[in-house]
Amino acid sequence: MAVPEQKQHLFDKPRNVSRLLNALYVICISLFILDFFLHRHVSYKWEEATGFYAIFGFVACVSLVLIAKQLRKVLRRKQDYYHVDD
Amino acid sequence: MWMTELPPFVPFFLAALLAAITRGSLRNLILLAAPVLGGLHLWLDVPPGVITHFSIMEFDLQLMRTDRLSLLFGYLFHIAAFISVIFAWHVRDTTQNVAGMLYAGSALGAVFAGDLVSLFIFWELLAVSSVFLVWARRSERAIRSGLRYLVIQVASGMLLLAGALLHYFKTGSLSFDYIGLYGVSGWLIFLAFGIKCAFPLLHNWLTDAYPEATASGTVFLSAFTTKVAVYALARGFPGTEIMVYIGAVMACFPIFFAVIENDLRRVLAYSMINQLGFMVCGIGVGTALALNGAVAHAFNDVLFKGLLFMSMGAVLYRTGNINGSDLGGLYKSMPKTATLCIVGACSISAFPLFSGFVSKSLVMTAMIQQGYDYLWLMLLFASAGVFHHAGIKIPYFAFFAKDSGIRTQEAPLNMLLAMGLSAALCIFIGSQPQYLYNLLPWAVTYWPYDISHVLSQMQLLFFSALAFVWLNRQGLYPPELHAINLDVEWLYRKLLPDTAGWVYNNLHRVHIDTSNSLKTSLSEITKTVASSYLGRLHLATSWPTGSMVFWIAVILGFFLLADIIQH
Repeated sequence: MAVPEQKQHLFDKPRNVSRLLNALYVICISLFILDFFLHRHVSYKWEEATGFYAIFGFVACVSLVLIAKQLRKVLRRKQDYYHVDD
Repeated sequence: MWMTELPPFVPFFLAALLAAITRGSLRNLILLAAPVLGGLHLWLDVPPGVITHFSIMEFDLQLMRTDRLSLLFGYLFHIAAFISVIFAWHVRDTTQNVAGMLYAGSALGAVFAGDLVSLFIFWELLAVSSVFLVWARRSERAIRSGLRYLVIQVASGMLLLAGALLHYFKTGSLSFDYIGLYGVSGWLIFLAFGIKCAFPLLHNWLTDAYPEATASGTVFLSAFTTKVAVYALARGFPGTEIMVYIGAVMACFPIFFAVIENDLRRVLAYSMINQLGFMVCGIGVGTALALNGAVAHAFNDVLFKGLLFMSMGAVLYRTGNINGSDLGGLYKSMPKTATLCIVGACSISAFPLFSGFVSKSLVMTAMIQQGYDYLWLMLLFASAGVFHHAGIKIPYFAFFAKDSGIRTQEAPLNMLLAMGLSAALCIFIGSQPQYLYNLLPWAVTYWPYDISHVLSQMQLLFFSALAFVWLNRQGLYPPELHAINLDVEWLYRKLLPDTAGWVYNNLHRVHIDTSNSLKTSLSEITKTVASSYLGRLHLATSWPTGSMVFWIAVILGFFLLADIIQH
């Protein structure tokens, strides 16, 4: 159903994409800096470390994806593996 | 409006009956009237503590027993049915219309059932009515998938019945209250609930059948079955410690599958198990805070998971495709659906001001209060992961990512209305949680909005988003592929049929071989006899059938003659 594009959409301009990403970077940096100033009350020993949640979130997601990629090597099968057409 | 003691499933079953004999707008109005009137009635007229008995064959069934726990799920199911009916407003299919009403009514029946026999009846009705929402897709895939779903669901009911009978012999009571893991009966009932709640290894019916149902059927399915199971576990097994471990596994393992899954509705099905994990953990911890968290999260999950399934249903309805590998760039033609999908994504990811935040934090706080440090870390991992696979992956691959070139229309008005209603509720509950908290069964003072909690959650989520961007830029993110991934279903979809086939083929070969060798040796014997001296005798030749009949006639004639002479 591809028709010639008439209208330029929001993310067709690379400038808008980089604006969005820059906003994300700025938010991330500010949230990390806030950790130095705001006191989080903690109930678990690792939570005390500065930037615990930031680092945990990043590491968790990267390891999630990297492990899932390895898992795919083992689990991936063709679409008709169970003899059912798509 | 009507009598207080009327069990809430009755309006739905009546609506199903009427829907079967009407059509067009009249039928739609009937379908809408059931959740609206039933819900208003429940909200305004029915207090906790109502019990309705119904006697059949000397059995005393408690078809309605209200307390704060069952009422909360009652309200929830009416809201869910209302939204699902609006979403399915355009569907002119008697099968789906009737099945949807029966299904929602069965869920209400199960939640208000006061004894185990009534629970069993509605438990099985849930299975039988919901399978038609899968079959209504009318493809061979859907029919096979629905059959597997039905077998597993009915098996769950059989376990429940067996457990209930043993429970009766042991305790002399059939009332559905705290059961606990005591003896065989407790374990059987626990297993029955566990199947419907998609415990690990028992989960595959969910990811198998839900993505095969119709666009609107999946919206119905996502609301009821698993939440009935959560309700049943919260009533029968609160504080059962093994569930904390089961829940933590449920929260973690599906997110790996979700990352590499191509069918976006199947991604949501895996994500559903992940969210159920938080609820199961809460029930396992069993403190008032944890149980409140579990049921509050069930409440919110119906809304935001429903919203996500609706947005993917709208995409499927408009494009006829739901594979991440084929979609992308749809924000250009479906901007409203995309926005509403993002609201659902923020809610499931538990962004502050969205509904997931105010219920998930109850469970997390309760976990750490009870000293489950390592399991709490697992749930934190799952929280980051849910943002990754449901919060980002779903909207990103459907509406953004590469431009797939698909140009279509915005979702129909009724779908937008249903999604808008869910989205509004997600934001309302997220920003004004006191209203939901006031409905919770146990009295607890808790407030999720404080600086440390908001800050830590924002850090977790934004750095998860950063990880997604970084992985994408590095080219490390696994691409969406036309492929499937093996799961537990391999055991009964591949190993079992292949083993059965192998056994059959081998038995068949043995049968052929033996009969062949028997035939050869028999003909050898015949030949040997024929060529020997005996072969020349009269007895060794084969006689025609006619001669046998002749001789039998002679013998019978002889007997007849002898009989006549004797008299």
